[in-house]
Amino acid sequence: MALMRMSSPHARSGDRTARVMQQVALATIPGVLALVVYFGIGVLINIALCTVTALLCEAGVMKLRRRPVAFYLRDYSAFVTALLLGIALPPYCAWWLPVVGSMAAIILSKQLYGGIGYNPFNPAMVGYVVLLISFPLEMTRWVGPGDLITTPPGIADAFALVFGSDSIDAFTGATPLEILRLNQSVMLSQLYEAEPLLARGNLAGFGYEAVNAGFLVGGLYLLYRGFITWHAPVGMLATLAVLSLFFYDSGSSLSEGSPILHLFSGATMLGAFFIITDPVSGATSNRGRLIFGIGVGLITYVIRAWGSYPDAIAFAVLLMNFAAPTIDNYTLPRTYGHKAARKATDVEEH
Amino acid sequence: MSPEQEITRREQRGDAESERRASREVQLIAREHQRALKPNDFHGGVHPPENKHQSTGEPIGSIPLAETLFVPLVQHVGASALPLVKLGERVLKGQMIGEADGLISCAVHAPSSGTVVALEPVPMPHPSGLPVDGVVIRTDGEEQWCELRPCEDFRKLAPLELLDKIRDCGIAGLGGAGFPAAVKLAPHTGTEIDTLIINGTECEPYITADDMTMRERAAEIIAGVEILAYILDEPQRVLIGIEDNKPEAIAAMRKAAEGTRFDVVVYPTKYPSGGEKQLIQILTGREVPNRGLPANVGIICHNTGTARAIYRAVRFGEPLISRVTTVVGEALERQRNIEVPIGTPISHILKHHGVHRGRMQRIIHGGPMMGFTLEDDSAPVIKTTTCILVPTDAELPPPPPAQPCIRCGFCAEACPASLLPQQLYWYARAEDREKLQAYNLFDCIECGACSYVCPSSIPLVQYYRAAKGDIRSAEEEKEKSARARERFEFRKLRIEKAEKEKEEKRRARREAAEQARQQRQENTDAPEAKAAQQEADVVAAALARVKAKQASPEQQLARAQRSLTSAEQRVERLQKKLNEAPEDQRGQLAAQLKAAQIKAAEARQKLAEAEASAGDSAAGPSTVKAAADSSDSSPSADKAQDAIERAKAAAAARASMSDEERLAAELEALKARVTKAEARLEKARAENDANVDAFATALEKMQNKLEQKMREQNNRGGES
Repeated sequence: MALMRMSSPHARSGDRTARVMQQVALATIPGVLALVVYFGIGVLINIALCTVTALLCEAGVMKLRRRPVAFYLRDYSAFVTALLLGIALPPYCAWWLPVVGSMAAIILSKQLYGGIGYNPFNPAMVGYVVLLISFPLEMTRWVGPGDLITTPPGIADAFALVFGSDSIDAFTGATPLEILRLNQSVMLSQLYEAEPLLARGNLAGFGYEAVNAGFLVGGLYLLYRGFITWHAPVGMLATLAVLSLFFYDSGSSLSEGSPILHLFSGATMLGAFFIITDPVSGATSNRGRLIFGIGVGLITYVIRAWGSYPDAIAFAVLLMNFAAPTIDNYTLPRTYGHKAARKATDVEEH
Repeated sequence: MSPEQEITRREQRGDAESERRASREVQLIAREHQRALKPNDFHGGVHPPENKHQSTGEPIGSIPLAETLFVPLVQHVGASALPLVKLGERVLKGQMIGEADGLISCAVHAPSSGTVVALEPVPMPHPSGLPVDGVVIRTDGEEQWCELRPCEDFRKLAPLELLDKIRDCGIAGLGGAGFPAAVKLAPHTGTEIDTLIINGTECEPYITADDMTMRERAAEIIAGVEILAYILDEPQRVLIGIEDNKPEAIAAMRKAAEGTRFDVVVYPTKYPSGGEKQLIQILTGREVPNRGLPANVGIICHNTGTARAIYRAVRFGEPLISRVTTVVGEALERQRNIEVPIGTPISHILKHHGVHRGRMQRIIHGGPMMGFTLEDDSAPVIKTTTCILVPTDAELPPPPPAQPCIRCGFCAEACPASLLPQQLYWYARAEDREKLQAYNLFDCIECGACSYVCPSSIPLVQYYRAAKGDIRSAEEEKEKSARARERFEFRKLRIEKAEKEKEEKRRARREAAEQARQQRQENTDAPEAKAAQQEADVVAAALARVKAKQASPEQQLARAQRSLTSAEQRVERLQKKLNEAPEDQRGQLAAQLKAAQIKAAEARQKLAEAEASAGDSAAGPSTVKAAADSSDSSPSADKAQDAIERAKAAAAARASMSDEERLAAELEALKARVTKAEARLEKARAENDANVDAFATALEKMQNKLEQKMREQNNRGGES
């Protein structure tokens, strides 16, 4: 009688990595929908380009590493990376931007470090930063939302923009954060009246606030389902809010923007719920995640307010990725039966 | 309305009101009570499918007695019991067949009457699959009890006497770890025990042994709790903890506990709330300190089944020879709980529950979260067999291949010890022992919650077990090598010391020889001395040697006498043998005799010398001194002269022997040397001497030589 020998436990919950990844992808739907509604189908083309490139890269590297290709593709991690990068890229950008970005994300940031689970940096953000530094002009041309621009690009326009040589300039407009950056002279209240983008918005700019709200909804879903913990998002959003409140300067011309503006513009919500919650490159313990989130919020605000880039989530995340192992060393939870939490650097405790 | 009616109505109203008031008061008290006993939550935990209904459909049953019972002498942590029975002995049900060996050890009793047919390693349900020493009993089916010592009122006995009773009855914790119950009841921590916890949680899926016991034998459990409380000097609180998924058991226990001061506390179902540490946190909010025991925080925790076993042991004197075990799994026709004698082979149980061999893919001893798989079904039920789970493939599918860890942290959320399983996994794979310890690996209770939730289906607990074993053996290794180093250094020191002493002796001898030579030169500058010069040098060296060796003349005398006697005896013996020997052996014996005679002559001479020197020393130290001063008249010099004479005589004697005789003599001497060398080697081995190898090679050489000589002799015999 050949009986199976195996180690306990013998029961397992149904959750698999693939399902976790699927749920993350599912949670981006409200935000992506808002992007489509306000900015057209550009984001979908981005996502499609990123996905195809990412999966091809993943499969190619797996083949080279002589690993089962299907087994690794089925974990959906490459898809989620591609999805997040596709969302982050400016809609209607030239086709080679998503392709180069995805290659950098999958090959450079993920597979060269050993594949899923071993990447010290967030792959989507590495891809994004590679593009931002290499092609700053292309990366900062965002189309205006909805009917604020004369004629939003249709489907034919979209493909012409992405694969043809048409210039996107006719459709672009400044983002709320850019408007704020360029403002040197007027009070915020005047700025809000003068700029149609801000005037038509309820919170932080027409279109952008809706996109952020969409990602907030998706993030809350992930939180509710227990796929992420509240620590990193709350740490980041609270830091951002507190700092912007501190430097609000009662809306003077030198103000760096209201908390609401910071929370609901740029990639804030996407970053808070989908980027910094990446478990592989983030901090491990809940306390560590809180610190990680606070760090991201801090760096984001500093770069937004005083740096030379209008948004800074990607840089903040990568910088904090560097810090994650150190944070981990000092944020071990208190183990049951121990008086105090230990540090991972205290090796001897006898 | 008549006045009578009026009165009755008023009375009725009054009654109703007072009733209402009373019930409100009861409710208030109950609420107050509940608030005081509000269970706490613990970190982490999981909610695996409970799968308890399969085995609760029937009351606790039993199966026919197995023909052969395999009773392991060790069934838990601790030392093995010492067997008390002999092969072929008839044993009675309940008779002690193994006695506890030391404190952390448990007595073992015959589960039924029968004959001891073997004392040998028996299969044992253990993750290692290794057999342990045990007693095999062929049952006779008579179930004849040995004489038991019941006790009507346990309060008449002192707690210590009760502990003895519990120990003698071999009561071990029935919850799973099987720690000897008496040890747990006699804590040595010095902390006052203010809380007794009775664990009726049974948080593992599938297992319902405690549930069914509580439903059916609640009174016995409560009686056992009374004994426990009495032994522990009536702790302030006695809490019986039951998870809220066992309403029948809760009702039964509440009913049985009526009129006692014991509180039945109910808390939400969550795995692993039945873990001792977790249950303590739930019921008291206290945490058992790291590397400590519950007794350190004033708590003793026992399982409901153990309480019942203790009751039966004290009240009826019944030792622990059977237990309630859940037999469950979809590969079985019948799933239920049975009260089964310890030692019953699992195959016997499966047979009586209609097992489908084809559908059975593994046998799990214990539950699906912490149980271990068995190699086959030959292992017996032991005191810690809470459950025998025989699932089908569909029921508990084998895990899919593991994927890389993405550090999602689900495991950390599930860990009841607040560890970081993902980091432990990382360091376990890297074999970074220091980091593993820094992340508190040894606080892991191996509950399996982390593996349960892992989306990458990594067998985390397996990694932790391996890492723990690794660290433990590394520590043992370290200790061992430290001891070896110490031994080596001591040996080095000793050898150095011996070397130094030797060197010292050598130097002394050299100096003595030098001195003697100089003296002689001074004394005899005459030319005739020149001729004797060379001889004198040899003599001086021999003299120095003799001096170094010489202990006391008396001792030498005694030795000389002894050797003479033995030589003479040998001569006599050989003479006799020679007389009786057949013709063909005479030649050899004659040679031996001759050699012995020479030896005897030498011995006689030696004795004479010894007597002379003894006489000298008796004459006083001054003479010795004087003798040493003048080399001419020195008796030692005489002695050396004698030795030379003797050697010459021996050589002459040898020369006088024929070739054959000489060979035989040599052979004799060689044989004696071989025997001596063997003895020396034996002794060296026994004492673990470092020179064993050297002795062995020397012996081998000698044996070779002996063989060669013997061959030579045989050849010669053939020639003549």
